[in-house]
Formats: sequence, structure tokens, C-alpha cells
Amino acid sequence: MSDVAARPAPNLLANPWIKAGLIVAGLIAAAMLGARLDGSGTLYKIFIDPFDQMAAAPDLLAQTIWEGLVSGVLYALIALGFVLIFKASGVFNFAQGIMVVFAALTLVGLHEKGVPAWLAVILTLGVMFLLAVAIERVVLRPLVNQPDIILFMATFGITYFLIGFGESVFGGSPKQMIADQLYLPKGAIDLKILGGLVSLQKIDIAAAIIASVMIAVLALFFQYTRIGRALRAVADSHKAALSVGISLNQIWVIVWFTAGIVALITGIMWGARSDVSFALEIVALKALPVLILGGFTSIPGAIIGGLIIGIGEKIGEFYWGPLIGGGIESWLAYFIALGFLLFRPQGLFGDKIIERI
Amino acid sequence: MFYREAGQFKSTYAADMAVFPIRQDRIGLAIILLIAFIGIPLIGNDFFITSVMIPFLVFSLAAIGLNILTGYTGLISLGTAAFMGVGAYACYKLTTAFPGVNIIVLILVSGLFSAAIGVLFGLPSLRIKGFYLAVATLAAQFFLQWAFVRVPWLFNYNASGAIEVPQRLLFGIPVTGASASPETRYFVCLCLVIVMTWFASNLVHGKIGRSWMAVRDMDIAAELMGIKLLNAKLLAFAVSSFYAGVAGAMMIFLWYGGGEAADVFNIRLSFNILFMVIIGGLGSLIGSFFGAAFIASLPTIMKFGLPALGVPMSGATAEHVTFMLVGALIIIFLIVEPHGLARLWQIGKQKLRTWPFPY
Amino acid sequence: MNAEPMNVSGSPLRDEGEVLLAVQNVSLRFGGVKAITDVSFDIRKGEVRAIIGPNGAGKTSMLNCINGFYQPQEGQISFKGQRRDRMKPHRAAAAGIARTFQNVALFKGMSTLDNIMTGRTLKMKRGFFWQALRHGPAMTEEIEHRRVVEDIIDFLQIEHIRKLPVGKLPYGLQKRVELGRALAMEPELLLLDEPMAGMNLEEKEDMCRFILDVNQQFGTTIALIEHDMGVVMDLSDRVVVLEYGRKIADGTPSEVKADQKVIDAYLGVAH
Repeated sequence: MSDVAARPAPNLLANPWIKAGLIVAGLIAAAMLGARLDGSGTLYKIFIDPFDQMAAAPDLLAQTIWEGLVSGVLYALIALGFVLIFKASGVFNFAQGIMVVFAALTLVGLHEKGVPAWLAVILTLGVMFLLAVAIERVVLRPLVNQPDIILFMATFGITYFLIGFGESVFGGSPKQMIADQLYLPKGAIDLKILGGLVSLQKIDIAAAIIASVMIAVLALFFQYTRIGRALRAVADSHKAALSVGISLNQIWVIVWFTAGIVALITGIMWGARSDVSFALEIVALKALPVLILGGFTSIPGAIIGGLIIGIGEKIGEFYWGPLIGGGIESWLAYFIALGFLLFRPQGLFGDKIIERI
Repeated sequence: MFYREAGQFKSTYAADMAVFPIRQDRIGLAIILLIAFIGIPLIGNDFFITSVMIPFLVFSLAAIGLNILTGYTGLISLGTAAFMGVGAYACYKLTTAFPGVNIIVLILVSGLFSAAIGVLFGLPSLRIKGFYLAVATLAAQFFLQWAFVRVPWLFNYNASGAIEVPQRLLFGIPVTGASASPETRYFVCLCLVIVMTWFASNLVHGKIGRSWMAVRDMDIAAELMGIKLLNAKLLAFAVSSFYAGVAGAMMIFLWYGGGEAADVFNIRLSFNILFMVIIGGLGSLIGSFFGAAFIASLPTIMKFGLPALGVPMSGATAEHVTFMLVGALIIIFLIVEPHGLARLWQIGKQKLRTWPFPY
Repeated sequence: MNAEPMNVSGSPLRDEGEVLLAVQNVSLRFGGVKAITDVSFDIRKGEVRAIIGPNGAGKTSMLNCINGFYQPQEGQISFKGQRRDRMKPHRAAAAGIARTFQNVALFKGMSTLDNIMTGRTLKMKRGFFWQALRHGPAMTEEIEHRRVVEDIIDFLQIEHIRKLPVGKLPYGLQKRVELGRALAMEPELLLLDEPMAGMNLEEKEDMCRFILDVNQQFGTTIALIEHDMGVVMDLSDRVVVLEYGRKIADGTPSEVKADQKVIDAYLGVAH
């Protein structure tokens, strides 16, 4: 234990012996599971073979890391929208993933109805603004001062409503993102490095650049504008913010609208890589382990958490997945986050929690 | 006028501690049980029993399970469906391994497997609180769902990956499998749900229930009362998962009668059960029944009710509208009564008690 | 055994009392912030011991150390002559230490009765099986403890709020329920953290009477933190004074009142 006088009871796992014991138990369990599946050389396959493969084909490793980086950026973007809302209104916004899909669907749907691409983008922004106003009026305002779980459930309601609404208006079938019309680059750059070929999709590079620009803009916005200061004040304490004359309702609309813009950009990037459909909903849930890792209120946490989860699950799937039948991408992210929590319950960038009474 | 407790004095603590201390409530309960046991099998057709009553019972049990965890102990779980799945697969493995053992016993035993898995995934609750824990339970959801597909041992290496529910007899009458009549399956469900509700009610009204609620309301003070947080939380996980597991086994064996179980126990189901608990009322057993009735019947009403009223609607549209409606209703409910249907029920009873002279 | 009292400046009344709890050279830090520095004092069986000091003096932290909620980095605390290292709160409760909180820490969703009944948790022995049946031994046990709880409810005169959820009660009553919950544990040592904060005069007088009654009727040893000097002087047998986490005085109320350091701490002093 550190010299910080933390509470003793929940710190069972802070004990290095117990931690070590758990890790060993986990490894043994994994080894036994492996033994069930193939019967020989299991430990070799878990601990040595994957690293052999990495060393033997560094280009493949680089490619895997790149893939992970890209999906990590997308997770981070969803988590970012989430963090914005959590900071300013304390709402665990389950609907952020759906907002991404909804924004993308609105954009594509409008274009299908004959609206020029850039006008469609502007109209979609308008829709996201209306959504923010509607959510503030219909959901947040009547529920102010309710317990967190009630607000959390209300965002479930928003999720279901948006799914039903989006499908009713635009139909349930998957759609193509209008990447060309928005001048997003296509094709790939093939790099001949590490004794092989690493292929980078241009759209992925664009996504990474756009994400970085957006995060920088948001950071500046938070740091240097009047609204940004008000947002930070609200994040610290609703009551104190109210007492110095900040309008909570206005702030909430702004925050949800900002989250809506982030959602639209995420939706465009994501849609350009696959198609636009509500199947994204499940993938969007991956933003949650990212949040665990990064902390609910930290923007850098969301980004770094996203990258860790993205890279971790791609590498895990590629090198260890085949050992237990593959498809482990569906849950690996959660386990990475869980394992991490055992060591740092406050997240990557959270402060050590001192409980007071 | 008719719902009064005036004149009903309690002379013992036991009478005062009864779950239904008011005579009229006891009469009401008796009437409900009579309807459930005699009325519904007599007047309900097969369709009503299989697609309304049995789902209602199964969901009620699952909702009670989640309510113990979320409503009473304050731990949010998004993995209920996965624990239900554990119950279903355990029951399948058990009944194929021990075909001679009574299926009711096996359904209950499979709940124990679910409880064990629940405790395992409940361990992080020692360190993690609130929404962080909710996300952690997603690990259970996705991992177990993955296991249901990828571990062929669980479905006895069937090529289709589906569970085939074999025929099992109880007192010579088939209760599971294709030849079991809806009424029989309904009776089995009903008895299981009643008995387990009774146990749940006993638990939450006694020492254990008080410990759970203490942990929920103020965990630090609970610890200083001598309640061991880890034990209380893990017990809640165990009991909750037990209920979910039994509900899951009932779902596959008595309702679906087999099929692609891995698809059934998806995250949507977890969410739906959470809705039932929230809309019904956190920390209320009767609320679990209300919530289950509400959420389980909504799609059926949308699908069959609206066309009957002359509102034309295709299947796909109906589904979309159902989604919107469920979403809107959740929000409306939370705004009107964040404490759920159970609270509305209480308010209604209070009004009735003072009616017709409310002052 | 280290029951030797460190400061023998005790009151004439309870001078020979046996030491129930001894705090020796305790220091507590939060990161770099020192909450308590090298504090020693003792609490004798049957006395009312007051801990006073300006805001931020470390009084609540001291109580938190005593019932195991915080772990001091240095020093030791022994209770009933037994030294405890790495005490856990539920173990402190089992050993016979109960407490109330500065900001009421009741179980808000539960009724008054259920709140006080939680205080009996440790004394109820029937396990899961009987609890699930809620008949036979479990019910007998429940009734037995209900009787004890009803006595406490009578004692504190809160019969009328027995079945109301405590979240909706006025503050003064909540404080009283909290005292009831602590009493239900039948503690040997009762820690009261500002039991009279935010009360009006009448409520304060009621609470004083309850505290004295508890001390005299049940013989419970009491340690209390209080800001109202009148109350402290009337109630307590001995007073320990903390300032900036250090002990600056220890003795009978009259001794402490005359102590120059204490006067400086409370009134401020020109350095």
C-alpha cells in the first residue's frame, strides 16, 4: 500500500500477494482452457508462439497495430461525446452510440432524398441541434435533481426512441456513406517497411487527422471561451454554477449539441469504413470499457483509453484469439478494462479517491 | 370505503411483521392466485397462455432476480440475459447427462450454476461502484454469449448450435418437449414463480434484505454496523443470478422449447429486464410483476392490438413504432413517477384507503 | 497489554476507571496532508469523553481511525486492552464500537424500524436457509430483536415515526434515529460525531438528556465531538483538545477551559 490512508476494506486486491495470486490463477485457468482445446504444448502456444509470430513478421504486427489504432480512434470519438455530456450534466449518456448512428443515417437519408451532400451535412447539424433542444426540454429539464440511475435509464429511453424513429423514417436496411461526395479520400497507401507490406487506408488516416483536429478544437473551446469556462464550472458543481448566474438549460443544450457534432463526425468516419446501420449499436458499446479505462470525465483519458482498447483487442484477437476459437473481440475490451480496474479503480487519469464521512 | 384497515389491530410483532398486514390485501392476493390457477387455464386459449402468460411469468422471475441486485442492493447489472443463458445451458447439459432426474429439480439446480458464475462476475463489485460496475457486467454479457456460441460442449456438439429440449415427464405428464401442453407448462411456471417469489419476499423482509438495502443506501454506514460489504454484495449477486438462471432455464424449456439459445440471451434482453425493474419500481417485488407485464405485453399489443383497432401496420413498421413507443414510455414513466409502477400502486391504495373522505 | 494511561490528569470522579480505549502516538496522512500528528489519549470505561477543537483539527479523522474506517500510518489503538492493527470497520463493530455521523448517514430508503433493526444484524445468527423460510427459528429471532428495538424506540420517543421512511423525517428526528441505530448494537463504546449540530435549543436539550441517560442507564462509554462549549462542559467527564491534528490539552472541562493554549486556539492569538 502507498502511504495514502485509504479505506482498508475494498483494498483486498491492492495487496500484491492477492493480486499476484489472481494473475497466476488466471493464467493457470487459461492454460487449462487451452489444454482442453488442443491437448499439447498449450503453454508454448500462449506464452511463446504469439511473440514468435510477432518477431517473425513485424509487418503483420504493424498492420495489426494500425488496425487497432484506427478502431481505437473511433471508440475514442464515441467516448469523447460521452465524456462531454457526463462532465457537464452528470448524465451517463447511453444514447451516444445511437446518436452516432442516427446522425450518419440522417446524413445519408437526406442525401438519398436528393439533398446535395454539403447541404445535407448542414441540415444534419440542424437536426442534431433540434435533438439537443428536444432532449433538454423533454427529458433533462423534467428530470433535474433525480438520482443518476433515473437519468441513465432515461437515456435508454432516448436510445430506443432514436432507433425506432430512425428506422421508421429512413428504413432499417444498411446504407452506404456518401464518402465521395464529402471528398473523403479513397484507396490505400502501401508502405514497404519491416520487410513486408503495410497497407494504410487513406480514409483511416483522414479519420485520425480529423479526430486530432476536433479534439484540439474542443480543448481550445473549453479552455478559452466564455461558454467553455461555464461548462467547466457546471462540471464541478451544478449548484455553484447556478449561483453565479450560469443557465444550466442553455449549457445542456450546448453540450448535447456538441456531443451531436462529435457524433456526426464519428458517424461519417465510421460509415465510410463500413456501412451505416443500427448494427453499429453493439460496436458503440465498446466505448464503455474505454470510459472505464480513461475515467468518465477525462478527455485525454477517453482518447488514450480508446487507443489502448483498440490496439489491445486487435492484437489479442489476431495472436491469441485462434487459440480459443476466435471471435474474442466481442468481449476482450471489457476484460482489458476490468483487469485494469483491479489495479487502478479510479481510471487512468482519475485522482485517488479519498472517501470521507 | 371497502379498503380500510380500521379495526384491524395487531397484538403480536409477528402479525405486525407480516408481508401483507392488511386483511383486504390478503383477500386480494387469494383472488389473484385463484384466477391464476383456475381462471386463466379455463378461459385462456393456447395462444394467450403461450405468448402472454408464460412470457410474463418468466420475465417476472428474471425481473425479481435483477431487482434483488439493482433495486435492493443498488448494483446495476447489464448482464442479466447472460446469467439466464447460463441457467438454460446448465439445465440442458444436466438433463442430457442425467435424463432420469426430475426436470423441476434440474431447473432449480441449474440456477445454482448461474449463481456460481454470478458470484465470479460479482467479484469486481468489491472495487468498482455505480456505472463502472454496470460496464463491468457487460463483460459477463459478452463473454458468456460468446461462450454459448464458441464452446460446442455446451450444446452437445449439435451441428446447428441449437438446444433441442427433450421430452421430460412429471408424474407421467410431459412438461417439456413438443408434446407438453401449454397448460401443463403454464402450471409448472406458475408454481415455480410463486414459490420463488415467496422465498424472495422472505429474504428481503428479513435480516438479509435489510443488509442489502443498507449497502444500497449508505455502504459506509452499513460497514460500521458490522455488515461485511463483500459478503452482502456477493450474496446479492448469487441470489440474483440464481433467479435469472432459473428464469433462463424456464425460458428455453417451458416457453421456447429449444432453439438458438445464444441469440435469445442477447444484450437486448438484458436491457429489457432492466426496463422492467425500473418501470416496475426499484426495490419492489410486486413492481417486478408490473414491469414484466408491461414490457412483455407491449410488443404483443402493438403487433395484434393495433390492427384489431383498424390501424393498418406492416410487421416492420410495427416493430419500429414499438421501439419508439417503448422509448417514449420509458421517458414518460421516469418523469411522471421515477419510483415506478409500484409507487403508483401504493399511492392508489392510499387514495382508496381514505376514499371517499380524503380529509 | 498496554492499558497504562498516558495522561494522568483525569477527573476526580473517574480517576480510577479502567481504560477502555487507548490511542497511542497516532499519525494519519492523506498523501502529503497531515490530518493527525502523534496524538495520544485514552477513554476510560463509563466516562463521557469529549473531543473538541476548531474546524479541520482532525476530530472526525480521529473517530474514523478508532472505528477502523481509516488506517493511521503510525501509532496504535488498543480497545479493551487488545491491540488492533489494520482494523476493519465491521470488526470494530463486532468488538463493540458503534457510532453516529456528522452528516446523518441513515439508510434513507428504509423505515425507522428497519434502520434500527440493521443495528441488530451482528446479533442475529440465523443463516440463509432460515431467512429464506422466515418461519420457525428465524421468525422467533426476528421477534426477539424487534422487542429490543421497540424498547429503544420507546426510550428515544420516536414511536410515531416507526414505519416512516427516514429520508423524509426532519433533521432532528433523523439524528435521533441514528442514535437509536447505534444503540441497537448495544455498544461498549459509542462514538458521537457532532450529535447536536444544526439543532435548535429544545432539540439539543432532548439530545443531551438522551446521551446522559444512555451513559447512566446502560453504562455505555461515550466519546463525542461537539462544538457547543456549554454542552461539552455540562456533559463530559474529560475533554481532549485537538488543533491542526495535534493534541494541545487533555483534562477535566474546567482544567481545559483555563488552559492558555486552548484559549489561544479558540480565540486566536497574535503571533
